[in-house]
Amino acid sequence: MERQEALELLTGKVANFVGLVGKVLPGDVTAKLKELSENETVPMAKMIYEFMEKNQREAAELNRPSCQDTGLIQMFVRVGTKFPYIDDLKPVLKEAVFIATKEAPLRHNAVETFDEVNTGTNTGTDAPWLYWDIIPNSDKLELDVYMAGGGCSLPGQGKTLMPGEGYEGVVKFVLDVMTSYGLNACPPLLVGVGIGTSIDSAAFMAKKALMRPVGSHNANPKAAALEDEMTAAIDSIGLGPQGLKGSKSVMGVNIENSARHPSVISCAVNVGCWSHRRGTITFNSDLSYQSSTHEGVAL
Amino acid sequence: MKKILTTPVSAEDLKDIKVGDVVYLNGHIVTCRDVAHRRLIELGRELPVDLKGGAIFHAGPIVRKIEGEEDKFEMVSVGPTTSMRMEKFEKEFIEQTGVKVIVGKGGMGPNTEAGCRENKAIHCVFPAGCAVAAATCVEEIEGAYWRDLGMPETLWVCRVKEFGPLIVSIDAEGNNIFEQNKVEFNKRKEEALEALYPKVKFIK
Ligand code: SF4
Repeated sequence: MERQEALELLTGKVANFVGLVGKVLPGDVTAKLKELSENETVPMAKMIYEFMEKNQREAAELNRPSCQDTGLIQMFVRVGTKFPYIDDLKPVLKEAVFIATKEAPLRHNAVETFDEVNTGTNTGTDAPWLYWDIIPNSDKLELDVYMAGGGCSLPGQGKTLMPGEGYEGVVKFVLDVMTSYGLNACPPLLVGVGIGTSIDSAAFMAKKALMRPVGSHNANPKAAALEDEMTAAIDSIGLGPQGLKGSKSVMGVNIENSARHPSVISCAVNVGCWSHRRGTITFNSDLSYQSSTHEGVAL
Repeated sequence: MKKILTTPVSAEDLKDIKVGDVVYLNGHIVTCRDVAHRRLIELGRELPVDLKGGAIFHAGPIVRKIEGEEDKFEMVSVGPTTSMRMEKFEKEFIEQTGVKVIVGKGGMGPNTEAGCRENKAIHCVFPAGCAVAAATCVEEIEGAYWRDLGMPETLWVCRVKEFGPLIVSIDAEGNNIFEQNKVEFNKRKEEALEALYPKVKFIK
């Protein structure tokens, strides 16, 4: 395959995958919503869950974005140093979003700051927003594509605490966000929490936590236990779907952590709404691919 | 039995509807959000649509031109946007237009409560994120006004059939389900935190 041809192929496949992510929820989210729906005892909440399910069915049938807010696209890129197209990847990903915007179609959500104009393409200065991770001795490309909607981006916030406030301060911070901004962010939410040294690292980890599947756990047993404790605590508030009350509140809490300076403990929250449009795809060096979130996908 | 309201809606129709009820709408609903509210209330411009007894939807849709037809549009995807942004205008908006049913996302505040109580109107929540299920309730887009505002802000006049579920969040008495829930949520949050604190003493 000629290089140019290969780049176009890769661009087209990523564009199709971006479009798909806006229409079909990942397997883990679909399964969790089904479980929440089946176990729900509050009639109104159950009715809302069933309506959500109907919406996802119709979106797939009619090939339309399931929520009108298709977000500002973010991607986590894990690229092997031996992946043949590593040098061209950044423009490829941008072009893919440009194409998906027309073809899916996606709503126009990229507004240039200061100039305050909508580019109409979902691309712009550092849009899509990319995080890079270089994988030594690998010839693969692994991508997480995420549609960050307005409603679920709004609760995002962080705070650097003094160690005296401890983890008590962290859990209070997170729960306060749940009963304020969280209500309007389309619960049941997936709650991403970052705990570490400075505010930027905490904020990054809070988003990275949202790329982990629903129901997965932190490798540290204490952090993993806290994920379950916090899930139970937020569930006991009974926010329900749409914040209109129910027997549960969230799809789960995912915590990511790093070492901290002894004098500070930073925490941040990022939430994903029930329509948590996240997709992971892995390309091999010959551009064959498979997706762990959208199994059996043909692009 | 589904409770269905049909536009034009009267004060009488809303009399027995309480917060937490689920209703559906037949007739017409007009998308109407930030700038349309601002134009009527702040700039004193007359709305190009008669909303007396009518319904508005806080939403910015994706519409598509119907091929081969003159100036006809189809609803692709439409979902509610945060109603709270319209709180500042809604009381006067209800007074001036005579609108009876306001549909959006999340709660609204004391201003809208008063508007609903004094003029006998309701605010309802359409489950957000369900944009395709909402679009398929739209039988036809019958009109489009203030198109200079662009696709999301245009007033799209939609003829709808059993549009819903609409969950009543403010009733015509001015009761507000979100305000009632908030009190309970905050109380339960405090209890949850008290139970959580002893479990997070990692710094010793
Ligand atoms: S919070 Fe999520 S589901 Fe709700 S409107 Fe925004 S993108 Fe859609």
